[in-house]
Amino acid sequence: MSKIPVTYKRSDMQSDQEVKWCPGCGDYTILASVQNFMAEMGISKEKIVFVSGIGCAARFPYYMNTYGVHSIHGRAPAVATGVSVSNPDLSVWVVSGDGDSLSIGGNHLIHALRKNVNIKILMFNNQIYGLTKGQYSPTSEEGKKTKSSPFGSVEMPLNPMSLALGAEASFVARSIDMDRDLTAGILEEAKNHKGSAFVEIYQNCNVFNDKAFEQLTNKETKVANRINLVHGEKTVFGEDGHKAVVIRNGIAQIVDTKDVDESEIYVHNIHEENPSIAFSLSRLSHGPYGPTPLGVFRKVQRDTFTEEVHDQINNAKEQKGEGELDKLIRSLGTWDVS
Amino acid sequence: MEIENKTVESIPAVTIRFAGDSGDGMQLVGTRFTDTSALFGNDLATLPAFPAEIRAPQGTIAGVSSFQVQIADFDILTPGDNPDVLVAMNPAALKAHLHDLAPNGMLILNEDAFEDKNITKAGYKVDPRESGELDGYRVFQVPMEKLTKEALEEFDLPGRAVLRSKNMIALGLISWTFNRPLEDTENWINDKFSKLPEIAKANIKALKTGYNFGITVEAFHHTYVVDKASLPPGEYTNINGNIGLSWGLITAAKKANLDLFYGSYPITPASDILHELSKHKNFNVITFQAEDEIAAAAAAVGASFTGKLAVTGTSGPGLALKSETISLALSAELPLVIVNVQRGGPSTGLPTKPEQSDLMFALYGRHGESPLPVVAAKSPSHAFYAAYEAARIALKYMTPVILLSDNYVATGSEPWNLPNTEELNNLETNIVTKLNTEDGFLPFLRNVDTFARPWALPGTPGLEYRVGGLEKEEGTGNVSYDAANHQYMTDMRAWKVSNIANDIDKLELHGDESADTLVLGWGSTYGGITQAVNRLNKKGVKVASAHFVHLNPFPDNTLEVISKFKKIIIPELNTGQLLKLVREAFLVDARGINKVSGETFTAQELTDKIEEKINE
Repeated sequence: MSKIPVTYKRSDMQSDQEVKWCPGCGDYTILASVQNFMAEMGISKEKIVFVSGIGCAARFPYYMNTYGVHSIHGRAPAVATGVSVSNPDLSVWVVSGDGDSLSIGGNHLIHALRKNVNIKILMFNNQIYGLTKGQYSPTSEEGKKTKSSPFGSVEMPLNPMSLALGAEASFVARSIDMDRDLTAGILEEAKNHKGSAFVEIYQNCNVFNDKAFEQLTNKETKVANRINLVHGEKTVFGEDGHKAVVIRNGIAQIVDTKDVDESEIYVHNIHEENPSIAFSLSRLSHGPYGPTPLGVFRKVQRDTFTEEVHDQINNAKEQKGEGELDKLIRSLGTWDVS
Repeated sequence: MEIENKTVESIPAVTIRFAGDSGDGMQLVGTRFTDTSALFGNDLATLPAFPAEIRAPQGTIAGVSSFQVQIADFDILTPGDNPDVLVAMNPAALKAHLHDLAPNGMLILNEDAFEDKNITKAGYKVDPRESGELDGYRVFQVPMEKLTKEALEEFDLPGRAVLRSKNMIALGLISWTFNRPLEDTENWINDKFSKLPEIAKANIKALKTGYNFGITVEAFHHTYVVDKASLPPGEYTNINGNIGLSWGLITAAKKANLDLFYGSYPITPASDILHELSKHKNFNVITFQAEDEIAAAAAAVGASFTGKLAVTGTSGPGLALKSETISLALSAELPLVIVNVQRGGPSTGLPTKPEQSDLMFALYGRHGESPLPVVAAKSPSHAFYAAYEAARIALKYMTPVILLSDNYVATGSEPWNLPNTEELNNLETNIVTKLNTEDGFLPFLRNVDTFARPWALPGTPGLEYRVGGLEKEEGTGNVSYDAANHQYMTDMRAWKVSNIANDIDKLELHGDESADTLVLGWGSTYGGITQAVNRLNKKGVKVASAHFVHLNPFPDNTLEVISKFKKIIIPELNTGQLLKLVREAFLVDARGINKVSGETFTAQELTDKIEEKINE
């Protein structure tokens, strides 16, 4: 990374390509948040790589004036793994959607998280397939009526936070498109995290799944439904903090603040090694219905795949010396014919 | 020790097959005998064969594993047709392999394994030693288990560990019979069991016991010697195709001044490439054992975007899974080598058997109009050069290249006259570090000779660009749905590949160039075809051969070569894939010799069939 902090204007981060999402799409807000954040993140733009799969969100790299790969449906974490491990100096960001990450690319997602590859995955969750014009996705609620489920979806949706935690992710967070400050804060935490970061961003698809996150954005309901997870702070929420989260027998529960002793209220700790509490927090809601935690669920340090691969290469070179072809082709023993 | 009545007969070549249960250590015995013969200076070729199951039920035909080696005092091209010597460690091994043994061949049986239950398990109704079916062979019964137990009595080893050394009895006895010294194998055993000196001593004792059994038993006093081969002068190593291919990739990376990235998912018989490359991290090799075949290819695309010599390796079914990713590399015009070590298909098919049935899939197994270069290895040592060539084309032309090998090339071995690595050409790349126009960087502004686009690597200031699978506008690389542009880009991708025909080795003729008949081949049938043509020429039959290394595009002199002949014969381990390609490309009435039995052609089989076709 450059030693002199690099700062750009948002316009430096914008490519010359016209943004082609539907008017009113939540992706615009997220793009603005990311471009603003990238302009000030202190990394030269030639060292930034955006990798995406397929879907509306996957067009993201075309709008960033950085290096970028728009790859194949679901494969972005695998492509990004190749980028990151090939050049550990790069700041590698994956942009994906719920169908891309959790359906066709589920396998790549869990393994990138498990390996702790040094990539930051931003998953825009709109709970619908947008680019293919409105089929239910793996995060659509049960009973959801769409073009491919006219009588309602009969599938249990995935909980992305639970999945990421179960896949041994070292960084797990959730934001929402309309909350730019929260998004910027999480991006900063993710950038500073060594290893893979999984960030779910609730994103409104105003064409095929409008108002899916209304409970968390509507002025009248959001206070009651947003559980803001802040490291080191008590998890109280709702009007005047009248609701709180407590952990009983290892399970997170929502209680009326007045009914519990203050000491019982859960104080959020993103660095807790054991993921059980974070997992339990992720089970407080199954989709943006009712009180839903937002913020960083977990941020723990462990060795990254990217670094360990290079450590092994460096160790091999130290022990055996830089590889020589003439030695290599003689390594199985030779004989002379004269 | 000199034996008074020992006779030593000099023979030009011998083919030996070791066969036993998967756990009997036959691969090891074969490899040891091969290495000793290589060090002695014979020419040789080997063919291991093992079941797909790691340990199929003991004593059954399904569990038989074998290793065949031909050693010769002349230049040979195949591991031999019918073995002259068969070592059978149990009745199942005998049953599975006896039909291949040459008439009057030497048959060495582990007589201790011929108990009723093993005989029945192998599917014999009566003891084959008493049924008369061994008439016509020279049968030598050796109590290998008894000898092992007696020899290792002095060691404090459990019974099972003792019996595991019985393969050393067989190796010792064969070493005696073919006048091979034991020192090399003794050194190898000491090295291998350096931390278990007791096991090392026991194995050496068993080895010597086998050897001494030959000295003691008069039946073995007629021995054979195969002299050194008069190979071209040079320094040689014995190499199999998977290792040759791995080293070719490492060499290509070094010669391109790039680091190598290899993404793979374990699959037989390609896994040994992953194993081999994993050992050589001091060459800056990154090996990535992916979560699946798709991720292996996708990560390689990411590595290629970042400036690595990116390679993904697999076998048949895995190539199908990589298909979509190969199309991405093709559309994004990124260099990528895809290794396919072919095996019997379709589906899981015959995982440990050779077949050449993925040729059409390599050429056409993608959606859309998606031509790419295809290169095939023709022998274990050639796999080195084929890998280097595939990398050369990928880097120079910014394209994915499929490199075909097969189980026969991958696991067989032969002596390789080592190249002077300094004389191998450096490989050119299209890496750019500066703007390519006054107005900015155009990621799809092509080289006028190769049509390759510039390779801008992340980390290079000012060249930030985006690329993906959507159609790109020529020059800018921006997403374009323009009709004329898509027509142009589709044509351009095809031109780029067909243009490579001028930049590859010409198709060369072997054998009698004045003949009317040409035998055309590709891949691992090279040894068999060449040997068959040599035999026919020797007999006075006029025939020539030519072997494709490049399957797409064909060398630019192909039509010229083919036109000289009235009859074209194409032997392949498939139902006629090159046959279709050649007929389509050159409008000739070529005829096929085809086989898909999970075995390669023997040289004699090809000799007979080619002669038949000539006389048709």
